[in-house]
Amino acid sequence: MIALLAFYLFATLTIASAVLVIFARNPVHSVLWLILGFFNAAGLMLLTGAEFIAMLLVIVYVGAVAVLFLFVVMMLDIDFSQLRSGFNRNLPFGLLIALVLLSEIVIAISAYSAGPAFAHASGAPPANALPNIEALGAMLYGQYLLPFELAGLILLVAMIGAIVLTHRSRGDARPQKVARQIRRRPEDAVKMAKPAVGEGVSL
Amino acid sequence: MGNLAPILPEVILGIAAIFLMLFAAFARRGSSATHWLAVLALLGACVALAGAPQESGRIFGGMFAADGFAAFGKLIIFLSAAVAVIMAHGWFDREFEHSGEYPVLILLSAIGASVMVSATDLMMLYIGLELQSLSAYVLASYRRHDARSAEAGLKYFVLGGLASGILLYGISLLYGFTGATSFTGISAAFAGGSIGFGLIAGLAFTLAGIAFKIAAVPFHMWTPDVYEGAPTPVTAFFASGPKIAAVLLGTRVCLDALGPATDQWRQIVIFAALASIVLGAVAAYGQTNIKRLLAYSSINNVGFALVGLAAGGQGGAQAVLFYSAVYVVMTLGAFLCVLRMRDADGRPMESLSSLSGLSQTQPLLALALAMFMFSLAGIPPLFGFWPKLMVFNAAVDAGLLPLAIAAAVLTVVGAYYYLKIVKIMYFDEPTGAFQRVREPVQTALIVACALFVSPLGYLLINPIGRLAANAASIF
Repeated sequence: MIALLAFYLFATLTIASAVLVIFARNPVHSVLWLILGFFNAAGLMLLTGAEFIAMLLVIVYVGAVAVLFLFVVMMLDIDFSQLRSGFNRNLPFGLLIALVLLSEIVIAISAYSAGPAFAHASGAPPANALPNIEALGAMLYGQYLLPFELAGLILLVAMIGAIVLTHRSRGDARPQKVARQIRRRPEDAVKMAKPAVGEGVSL
Repeated sequence: MGNLAPILPEVILGIAAIFLMLFAAFARRGSSATHWLAVLALLGACVALAGAPQESGRIFGGMFAADGFAAFGKLIIFLSAAVAVIMAHGWFDREFEHSGEYPVLILLSAIGASVMVSATDLMMLYIGLELQSLSAYVLASYRRHDARSAEAGLKYFVLGGLASGILLYGISLLYGFTGATSFTGISAAFAGGSIGFGLIAGLAFTLAGIAFKIAAVPFHMWTPDVYEGAPTPVTAFFASGPKIAAVLLGTRVCLDALGPATDQWRQIVIFAALASIVLGAVAAYGQTNIKRLLAYSSINNVGFALVGLAAGGQGGAQAVLFYSAVYVVMTLGAFLCVLRMRDADGRPMESLSSLSGLSQTQPLLALALAMFMFSLAGIPPLFGFWPKLMVFNAAVDAGLLPLAIAAAVLTVVGAYYYLKIVKIMYFDEPTGAFQRVREPVQTALIVACALFVSPLGYLLINPIGRLAANAASIF
């Protein structure tokens, strides 16, 4: 019962926020609605037992992709009202694409319900008692430990390479020199003077 | 699992790379401690090779083999990486802000290369290859302010990416048609049924990807440009360690995974071998840059190694291993001499004409370079002759007499340009002397390489032969 309730809650919110992504006037609001949509989709994934995909959705899409979108939208000065002005002109084209996508969905669903085309094509691993995060972890840190760690080294090389090839120390940068700041004494920097009245100080 | 002894060399190098990266960040600029620590780590990995249990079989679910074959390859790779690090000492400007990352990248590349020679699974093969190549791309464009170096890196990266794509396509076909990524599984699938078109296509694409990495014709186009543009120590590294890793990787793939399909890959390998020998010999004629010339020389030499591979079997593998060991010493020696070519201001010189009359200005350097050239040409009193003989012998034993005869005849053609360098050094008027450099370690290395290729090297036939035979015994 609670699962059903949660499903309808997440599903309704997903669809609602998807609609709002399109109809929000402010592009920043669109991205925020998109993030809400991702969260609700993650909830749906949890309900189907695909908790790994749910976490991936939150970490990758919300944590990285959507934030990147947000930055792009905020940084680039895009005139969205101008982009929208061609809406009526491009409507037939958009409808055509929508039709193609819809028919593809229908075909895919009917093909799926008709059963697998090849006897051995079912690539889904047999369901077992292990939750899929644990199963993936056992795989990555067990059987595939060595390639996994080496892939980490490859990423390290990519990082070193990017820095070596692009980093340059700029001449006009003024880094803080802590030692010099600490070495500096009041005697070196402050001069006490007693100017006579009406003469001013000589600097 | 639980026992990491078989991958101890890789673990040592990995930890050393990460430690040195931090060390270089905090060390004084221009300090050479990073270089020597990297050399120490590589030598330590060589020692760890001796301790690695050879009978551990295939570990990590059959993906990794720490056998004698891998150990032989790793010894060559680690030693040539160490030489490449030593060569860079004093090469990069003292003010160059990233000189500390050079040994780190060499170490990471050496890890990739050593994984390549140990890989017994297509996934492992690809990861090792990428780790090695990615470090190599960065190393090639290491002097990023130099337009030629940047061009070399970009060219290498783009063409390397293409080759990786081809290799992955071949791997996916092999996996799709055999249902296995492990070499044993693929070999069983090839032995089991008829070899269909899909398998042949997978085999051809995989070999094409590997041929790119070893710079065999027709996938050699990148070599002269990259070798010319990359800094000389990096070029020396490319021509030695990673190249041997790719040759041995190809050997293992052909003899182990594709063993039952020998008739199919043999035609490809024979074509690549002959084409490499011919092109390496002919295209080098017009070159005026010594690094380009050595690039063609490496293409030429890979052709001879492929003749050994075409022979197949234990004899062929042994010939390839022996050839690789001697080739690496000759090449590193030649590059160590090229490193000495600096004008009065210490700027590197690369043109052949700058060598003219070297025998009068620096007779010992000229003698060493001449020995390496004679040896690369395979002229008998020098050691370079012996591995060529072994390769031809293996080809004859495998019933490939025409191939052996063709390769032997083409050796003579290739000898021309090696002799041309000797002629320039000994019979041309001197134009100007090179700057004399004080690098005692490099000098010692040149002497060691020269002694190795001298007729004294024949004393080593027995120990190296025994190691190679032990390494080849896995096939």
